[in-house]
Amino acid sequence: MNTLRDTWIVYARQMRPTLRRPVVTALYSMLQPVLYLVLFAPLLTGMPGAMGEDPWQWFVPGMLAMLSLFTTAYAGFGLLPEVRSGAHERLLATPVSRSALLLGRVLRDITVMLVQALVIVAAMLPFGLRPSPVGVLAALVLLAVLGVGLGTLSYLFALVVKVEYLFAALLQAVTMPLILLSGVLLPMDLAPGWLYALSRANPVSHVVDAERALFAGDLTDPSVAVGTAVAVVLAVVALVLGTRTMRRLA
Amino acid sequence: MIHTRALTRDFGTKSGTVQAVRGLDLDVGAGELVALLGPNGAGKSTTLRMLTTLLPPTSGGATVAGRDVVADPAGVRRRIGFVGQGHGAGFDQLARDELVTQGRCYGLGRAEARRRAEALLTELELDGAADRESVRLSGGQRRRLDIAMGLIHRPDLLFLDEPSTGLDPHSRANLWSHVLRMRAEHGTTVVLTTHYLDEADAVAERVVVIDHGRVIADGTPDELKGKVSGDLVSLTTATADAARAAAEAAGRLPGTTAVETDGTEVRLRVPRGDAVLPELLRALDAAGAPLTGVRVQRPTLDDVFLTLTGRSLREGAE
Repeated sequence: MNTLRDTWIVYARQMRPTLRRPVVTALYSMLQPVLYLVLFAPLLTGMPGAMGEDPWQWFVPGMLAMLSLFTTAYAGFGLLPEVRSGAHERLLATPVSRSALLLGRVLRDITVMLVQALVIVAAMLPFGLRPSPVGVLAALVLLAVLGVGLGTLSYLFALVVKVEYLFAALLQAVTMPLILLSGVLLPMDLAPGWLYALSRANPVSHVVDAERALFAGDLTDPSVAVGTAVAVVLAVVALVLGTRTMRRLA
Repeated sequence: MIHTRALTRDFGTKSGTVQAVRGLDLDVGAGELVALLGPNGAGKSTTLRMLTTLLPPTSGGATVAGRDVVADPAGVRRRIGFVGQGHGAGFDQLARDELVTQGRCYGLGRAEARRRAEALLTELELDGAADRESVRLSGGQRRRLDIAMGLIHRPDLLFLDEPSTGLDPHSRANLWSHVLRMRAEHGTTVVLTTHYLDEADAVAERVVVIDHGRVIADGTPDELKGKVSGDLVSLTTATADAARAAAEAAGRLPGTTAVETDGTEVRLRVPRGDAVLPELLRALDAAGAPLTGVRVQRPTLDDVFLTLTGRSLREGAE
């Protein structure tokens, strides 16, 4: 009933420390994609043809997917100190909606991620990135949907695992294969058959394909529909699981 | 305000099921100030977590502030305040922000939440800490902020789980003066857990002693102390012979019980030790058992616990 209002309250709470140190927060999870852009992407320009005629157009959407993955998948780390200190328990003891406690946090992470994505896209423009403006807008929406799914799952795992070192190990075990099998670094078309098949089972790879089509302005490309469907299903499943867990743990 | 019926909570552990709370029956009326006292692991916090809907009971039930904790947990949450064992503010949140957010979580409008937050910050002497992140607050300031967060919606019923653990005596006294003043102003019912004997004794009007998940005693601190048979009188003599003579003479006085001799020390229990003392001293003089020292102690809640369980509460506390 009051979930919307409660979500706003939790979102505002989560945003406050972020807004006090915007630069630190933004840089925190941006480092990895930025390093890839600076230290890896130039290699691709030396491989003409492999990524289509414009390597930036191919590489940057993948980096945004990586950014979304790192910013949201690691979000659970922000919850763990509050679980240990008692702040999470204090909020659970209030009448605030259980789903709002989850959604408000996820929305804060999405906000940070979108700002980071905009910064990266803007920074790449002088280097020759020429994306379709409508496509970029749609790509950011798709990233946000992916982020809702991944972020919710991250909080879910954090609440179940409860301790940082296990959570870190779990994240490593999950995010590395998701990145390697997503084709953000090199085209998965180059992969042997079994590896390509594995990458098709990775939801992130479909989102990456959709992001690339959107940046190129191919809004009707089949990969856009597939990537969107995959991201929406992931988000819905995560939210159902997440809110249910919040109710049970409360 | 609180009625529990056979409230029970089991926890599964590697070595089988542990009953943390076993069939607890407890009634707390409006306006009472009740301390749940017991050693660590007695089931105090588990009880509080069930009453605040943070933990569902395994069996049995409870109504808190007129709402059933299982059927209407949200209704319970709206009517109570809860200050947990930990610190409730996020480490990177400003004290004032957390207080306003807390008020908003209880349905207060923004302006009203701000107004009450300012008032509480002043009342709890947190003005100087309002714009600091909670990680930069002192232990006493953090705990006062917790109390403020528990009070911002002016609940009829406030639960405090180990409110003064880790605080120095000055901060403890300060904390209690605030809680007691708020209670006097709003008629709040207060239920707290503690393993500090002196705290339960000094603050609570009613003490519920819990051990192994059960209520083993319930009453005012004075009523509970009445269960211990009298004051403790300790006599010190110069020699072991004198101690034996003193023990014999003291044992002949009416009302003395549990006479023990330990080297040159004699300990005994007697009702109204202060009134008996002159007579006791004359009897010992007459028996030729000169004393080098004498001490009369009123029973403590620890004596109560010792009498009821054969164990000292101090051993259970850290």
